[in-house]
Amino acid sequence: MLLQQFVNGLSLGAVYAVFAIGFSLVFGVMNVLNLSQGAVFMWGAYVGLEVVRNLALPLPLAILAAGIAAGLLGVLSELLVFRPLQRRGANRWMGMVGSLALARILIGLAQEIFGTQVVRYPDNALAGAAIDLFGARLQLLQVVAIGVAFTMVVALAALLRFSNLGRAIRTVAFSESVARLVGIPVDRVRLATFFVSGALAGGAGVLWSLLFQSVSPFMGDSILLKGLTVMILGGLGNIVGALVGGLLLGLVEVASIVAVGSGYRDAIGFGLVLLILVTRPTGLFATRETKRA
Amino acid sequence: MASLTLSRRSILLAAGATALSRSLAFAQSGRIAKIGLVQSTTGGSAALYGIEQKQGIELAFAEINAAKTLKDITLQTIHADDGADRGQTVNIFQRLIRQDNVVAILGPTLSNSAFAADPIAQQAGIPVIASSNTAPNLTKIGDFIFRTSVPEDQVFPTVLRYAVKTRGIKRVALIYGLDDALTRSAHDVQKKAVADLGLEQVGVESYQRGDVDFSAQLTKIREQKPDAIILGTLAEEAAAILRQARQLGFDSKVAFIGCNANISAKLFELAGPAANGIIVGAAWFAGFDSPRSKAFVEAYRKRYGTTPDIYAAQGYDAAYLLAEAIRRADDVSNGKLVRDKLASISDFEGVLGRFGWSVDRDATVQPKVLIGDGDSKVFVAAPTS
Repeated sequence: MLLQQFVNGLSLGAVYAVFAIGFSLVFGVMNVLNLSQGAVFMWGAYVGLEVVRNLALPLPLAILAAGIAAGLLGVLSELLVFRPLQRRGANRWMGMVGSLALARILIGLAQEIFGTQVVRYPDNALAGAAIDLFGARLQLLQVVAIGVAFTMVVALAALLRFSNLGRAIRTVAFSESVARLVGIPVDRVRLATFFVSGALAGGAGVLWSLLFQSVSPFMGDSILLKGLTVMILGGLGNIVGALVGGLLLGLVEVASIVAVGSGYRDAIGFGLVLLILVTRPTGLFATRETKRA
Repeated sequence: MASLTLSRRSILLAAGATALSRSLAFAQSGRIAKIGLVQSTTGGSAALYGIEQKQGIELAFAEINAAKTLKDITLQTIHADDGADRGQTVNIFQRLIRQDNVVAILGPTLSNSAFAADPIAQQAGIPVIASSNTAPNLTKIGDFIFRTSVPEDQVFPTVLRYAVKTRGIKRVALIYGLDDALTRSAHDVQKKAVADLGLEQVGVESYQRGDVDFSAQLTKIREQKPDAIILGTLAEEAAAILRQARQLGFDSKVAFIGCNANISAKLFELAGPAANGIIVGAAWFAGFDSPRSKAFVEAYRKRYGTTPDIYAAQGYDAAYLLAEAIRRADDVSNGKLVRDKLASISDFEGVLGRFGWSVDRDATVQPKVLIGDGDSKVFVAAPTS
């Protein structure tokens, strides 16, 4: 039972982590909170669903399609909200409010297009398969979710560390004016960052709805809060921190259901955040302000 | 049938003039019993219930008027949409009683509206029959308030007794939604029924609104080795629980027993074959094997092109009960007399089965135990032995 619960928590946490990393990336680079991320997550889930349903594409391609669509929505949030606001010299809190407005628009659109009722992905071989191990039953899907989460994190870390785009992103994160001075196309780098961030949210959306068989226009609301929590837990703008924070939150939630009961799940989860913030105000994996991303 | 449908905005303009001219036209041929029909046809999900009831009721009155069951009395409904807003319900009740002089009211759609508006009818001495309100203590508002909708606490004990008898259930675990009035009250009813039958309650798990991951709770429940899991959940959550239990490798002998809210096409859509064998209870279902019920389903399909749900059936029975009371009273304006005759009905054969009233004027009908068939996506009557 313990092993089973461990896997339950780990797979839940893996989705939190993928979502939070996208969140964290934009914060790390632009120092803004993109609150439309939850809606982008939801749209990713719907795009994946439509692709599987109507085009009958296999799941990996569906995740890819959802990632690309969600990435474009991420780009949209930069073009519609953050860039115009920055150009007009608005306070960065305005970006937060603006992205929240965009989120409500995206949710409203989804309500109109897809309806408000819960729907699910069609049955597939992956969803039913399971591995029995030491008396625990690991769903193949849970293992896949954990695997995909780790792959995405490693790929993102490699991108940031070794590629030209990664170096450019890190320079922009360090300082936009410095980046401009050394000839980095800052606007394009920002767009790319928003794309990657949105794509991660969309990928998380498909993973989530595959794991829990539930897609609805409101599915992004609670994970937005969870993503915020994970980001703070792991240290603002820290990718590895977001990964560890996500897994930790998933495990803590499951553990609190096992030990106390669902009624206290969020109280314990957020209580932990408060505790960490009070003892380590910069999060578990704090990096210095100047070395974000 | 003389029927009048009014939008909320045109009420003042149209109600007086049209109703008056219609009643004058009918005046020569006989008496007219005016009946308020307060059902939400707008206002979100309430409209789903409201429209079904309105259609069931209008079908009933059309049949009664066509058959001239009430001799020279014609039943005329005055429909008003409260938009699921209880402030509107109060206004509509006042208007129906003071201006339209209705002899009875059928509705309103929501229990919340009923608690606000029913006292007006009670005070004015106008009988009200609800066909979708299931909140506890609703009929305690007063002796003019009746209902044909059967609350959970009259259904679930029968369902659980059936499961115990046929499956030999001794140990049960319960799971329910913490922060929803409907699931909480279902849970309370279920817990009491478990205690009343002397079953061993091995665990109680809960979740919060919007949760989609139940694997932690289910893994915990599996360790407690219950014979049955009792669901105090909405249909979406029940579906997710059924699927995830199957994925976690629950023994197929473990029975799942649901509540009223699980009786929904959504359950099958979301759970698929995992919904096979779920046991639920209802006051009525479209496949109910009685001549009266079959005739109703057929007439409803013919008129509206869809299969009636339980709210349409309860509305239909409410309309027939009211017509019977008016027939016995042989009066179209005396609310008190109609109420007394309504209360005296104890042998009525309705779509839901044999009707009577409890001391609190709740309908007493025999609940039906149903079993989910995930492959054909319908509930079927449980085998009786």
